[in-house]
Amino acid sequence: MTNVALDTAPARQPTFLLISNPSVLIFLACLAIFTLGVTVLAEGFGIGVISTSFVKTLGKTLCLCLVALAMDLVWGYCGILSLGHMAFFGIGGYAIGMWLMYARTEIIVVQSLSAAPLPPTTQEISDGIAAQIFGVVGASEFPPIWAVAHSLPLQLAAVVLVPGLLALVFGWLAFRSRVTGVYLSILTQAMTLALSLYLFQNDSGLRGNNGLSGLQNLPGLGDVPQSTVSIWFFWASALALGLGYLLCVWVVSGKFGSVIRAIRDDESRVRFLGYPVEAYKLFIFTITAVIAGIAGALYYPQAGIINPAEIAPIASIYLAVWVAIGGRGRLYGAVIGAAFVSLLSTYFTGGQAPDINLGFYTIQWVNWWTVLLGLSFVVVTLFAPKGLGGLFDFIASKRSPSRHGADLGPDAGALREKEAET
Amino acid sequence: MSVLRQFCAALVSVLLIAFAAPLAAQNADAPIQRLLQEHGEIIAKSSRRTIGPAIDALADSGLLEAQAVLERWQAKEMWFDKEAGLFVYAEEIDRHTIRAFDFADGTELGEFEDKGFKQLKPNSGIRGLIGAALVRFQLNDPNPSARAAALIAIERDADESHLAALRAVKETEDNPRLRERIDRLERILTIRFAEDDAERIAAIESFNGDLGVDVRAVLNPLVVTSLDAAKTLPNDPDVVGQVEYGTERLSAEDAYELLVTKELAVPRITRGDQKAALIANIDVDAVAGIEVASLNTVTARDMAYAALAREGAVEPAATAAEVAHAFDVYVFFERYRNASPAVAIAAQAVLTGIENKVALNQTIDLGLDALSLASIYFLAAIGLAITFGVMGVINMAHGEFIMMGAYTGYVVQLFIPDYTLSIMVAIPLAFAVTFGAGVAMERLVIRWLYHRPLETLLATFGISIALQQLAKNIFGTQARPLTAPGWLDGSLVFNDIVSISYIRIAIFVLALLFLALFLIVMNRTRLGLEVRAVTQNPRMAASMGINPDRINMLTFGFGSGIAGIAGVAIGLYAKVTSEMGSDYIVQSFMTVVVGGVGNIWGTLLGATMVGTMQKGIEWLNPSNTLAAQTYMILFIILFIQFRPKGIIALKGRAAEA
Repeated sequence: MTNVALDTAPARQPTFLLISNPSVLIFLACLAIFTLGVTVLAEGFGIGVISTSFVKTLGKTLCLCLVALAMDLVWGYCGILSLGHMAFFGIGGYAIGMWLMYARTEIIVVQSLSAAPLPPTTQEISDGIAAQIFGVVGASEFPPIWAVAHSLPLQLAAVVLVPGLLALVFGWLAFRSRVTGVYLSILTQAMTLALSLYLFQNDSGLRGNNGLSGLQNLPGLGDVPQSTVSIWFFWASALALGLGYLLCVWVVSGKFGSVIRAIRDDESRVRFLGYPVEAYKLFIFTITAVIAGIAGALYYPQAGIINPAEIAPIASIYLAVWVAIGGRGRLYGAVIGAAFVSLLSTYFTGGQAPDINLGFYTIQWVNWWTVLLGLSFVVVTLFAPKGLGGLFDFIASKRSPSRHGADLGPDAGALREKEAET
Repeated sequence: MSVLRQFCAALVSVLLIAFAAPLAAQNADAPIQRLLQEHGEIIAKSSRRTIGPAIDALADSGLLEAQAVLERWQAKEMWFDKEAGLFVYAEEIDRHTIRAFDFADGTELGEFEDKGFKQLKPNSGIRGLIGAALVRFQLNDPNPSARAAALIAIERDADESHLAALRAVKETEDNPRLRERIDRLERILTIRFAEDDAERIAAIESFNGDLGVDVRAVLNPLVVTSLDAAKTLPNDPDVVGQVEYGTERLSAEDAYELLVTKELAVPRITRGDQKAALIANIDVDAVAGIEVASLNTVTARDMAYAALAREGAVEPAATAAEVAHAFDVYVFFERYRNASPAVAIAAQAVLTGIENKVALNQTIDLGLDALSLASIYFLAAIGLAITFGVMGVINMAHGEFIMMGAYTGYVVQLFIPDYTLSIMVAIPLAFAVTFGAGVAMERLVIRWLYHRPLETLLATFGISIALQQLAKNIFGTQARPLTAPGWLDGSLVFNDIVSISYIRIAIFVLALLFLALFLIVMNRTRLGLEVRAVTQNPRMAASMGINPDRINMLTFGFGSGIAGIAGVAIGLYAKVTSEMGSDYIVQSFMTVVVGGVGNIWGTLLGATMVGTMQKGIEWLNPSNTLAAQTYMILFIILFIQFRPKGIIALKGRAAEA
């Protein structure tokens, strides 16, 4: 265990990021070709082979890839199995959703009031919007958390700040009391559960289990067809994924990346070497929460609706499933896993997949896909800890000894994958 | 009216004379028959509004037959002989024939065709009135159960006349229990109906510290207050005290509204009315000389309205200054509304005493609730205390084992309809099923992942997802019932406030049994010794001839099996759904972690703390159990900050295992 990842990173030489990481160029090129291809084939701009709803699905998938990237950074590289990142994702969605809903309702209310004989006062407009938005939960006044919902810049700031601050506070509390490993996972799961239960209440100020809806309509752009809007969001998602990927590569390469991998491999040893482990973990936890929030803010306008069920702990568990199947500890693995599993899930649970008739029983994929997914997750954990990304190693003939669950070293507890060179 | 009555009476007597022939045997002059004749018209009319005097006359007549008449009448057995104009009671022999009897002495008058008779069918309202009147007869009934029934009838629907009736029988009642009830009821009716204040106050004070709901129901209306306003607080005896406006009791709007209704202040105009008035007075594109387009602020609208008021187009409305002045000048206070001050004050004093006692009892009740919730959490967590606490295996599918146990109970009930027997079968069967599932899971998955807790967590998550969906595929998404045996229905009632259902007691007892089972197995059996040995040092244990694989398998199976039994118990108390496991899993882990991993007493303390916390928060905010769960989880997260190892932290070597 002397050769922990510390000495494998090539950060000592002052080289350019892209040159030292050629796989990044490949990834970005793939993403660019994919984006261009979808644009050409989409209804909004190109020849119309891909329907608008499928463009939205692809755009959403890119957002899920982005949050999977964040999850890979925090889990695959830093060893913190967070079951709270889909909560940060949801918070980002809520933050942008509040503005979308407010601004759109404002337009409708102003329009309906303009026909009245007297020009409306600001209070009347605000009351009208509140009545429209909160009618379903029996309230008619704006809760305090909607204070800045009228302002796009402030809500955009909230997309970044709210998940970031929550992660900062939670992470600070958790890391300073040395909560690690599974305990941290359970604690993050509890945080997620608390948040979703809170949002389920009608007096949470965010419309209880109705959630926020109508988010696909951009305020002031009512004339622009959804086919065009969907392409805009697709581009934005692709851009965000590309930038997010670059950011993550930048974080994990160099000395910083070596330290966080070392923390994953043996936290106390890193601490004894004099590194402020808590600060590193807190930084990673917070920055990934921010990435998740941004991904959510891009995802939900494409989904059109957000409700507390999206934040439930199971969503974060699925996120872990994607990253594990894709292959943790390598960034492209997370992207592949998220894209592969979420698209397959959409296919199988959307009712398009043909049923399999066994004669005595008909397997309906809508019902059995989740069972298959759960079991495949067990199989991947047991037999292919590198996930789909491991296939690339296989092709490149990079073999690591088959462990079949056996320990690599004397210490129990940490994830001790031998790192594939990035 | 009286002319009509005389006419009818005359008609009846004419009829009496003319058609007396068929019922010659009946004694038309018997006192009861004469009484009925006197009220014949309203009895025949059968209207709830006018029937009162007739019933009262019968009840107050002092005639022995009156009770029989009222009972027959209530039972729809009273008939009116149209020819003779007499009332009889009769039984129907078949559809067209009746056998009639005389009310006066019960002699049979013979069988008649029912054409000449009219059956009196009092509606339910009248039957109620008759019932109330009958109560007085029933209170003197020789049969104690009839007297008890009469008391229940009074409790349900008391009126003034019952007070006298109760007082009349109070001394003569010889059954001590009934006498106690009569005494209590008499005092309650005294509070409600007595004229004399001193008497009422004495009755009120006799209930000091009584927890009965009936007492509070009768006292509460006495202390109802109404709001009033005056320039100074009047020194009347019925004034309770001053009320500040702008508080929860009296909002500023309501306070001003009160002044307006008492004509002490000019009404304010609402924004809506103001707007309507302005719209009504739009002149081309201006209101009172102010342009419509500029009326988009509150101040502009106030100015325009004031200008309109000066022109006389609208009623003047109170300005903000006037409103403030009114609030300065007047004080608001409460007056007792429903009772004289002395009675109300006495009632208030007794009520305060009762409420303090109620609060104490509610605390006890809350404690019992918390205890039963704690035992549910303990049940859910105890299996986890074995697999996670002792073995250190994170089993996220533990909740699904609970669900599996509950569904086993449900399936058993499908085959064995007798609930007691089916529970007896379900408990060992649930243990067997989940023991098998646990062993299979340990052999197939967990065995490969010892000392890799994060990956154990992931793999068991996968199993949990798969099992949950599997249950959904087999049993559907709707909740399935798991019915408790009849002897677990109902609850143990200590008084009107403190009670606990038997099913919760059963769960509590089961939790205690499990605790005992755990302690015995771990500390007193060979298996427990080997488990502890393997947990502390597997290699050393192996060299002592213990097979660690076998021990791990059995321990995991044992923990899973206990989860199955817990599932049956939880299923009895809540519905069985495929998601019931995930409802408990986070709380269960929290319970184990808060209590301190690896110590059963810690788990017990953790469950108690979590249960008490949740009930406590629910009590503070009763409308919202979701909020209670949220705050509880937040509390636990903070708690772990300060005691990361839980309430009872393991020390020494065991802590490192």
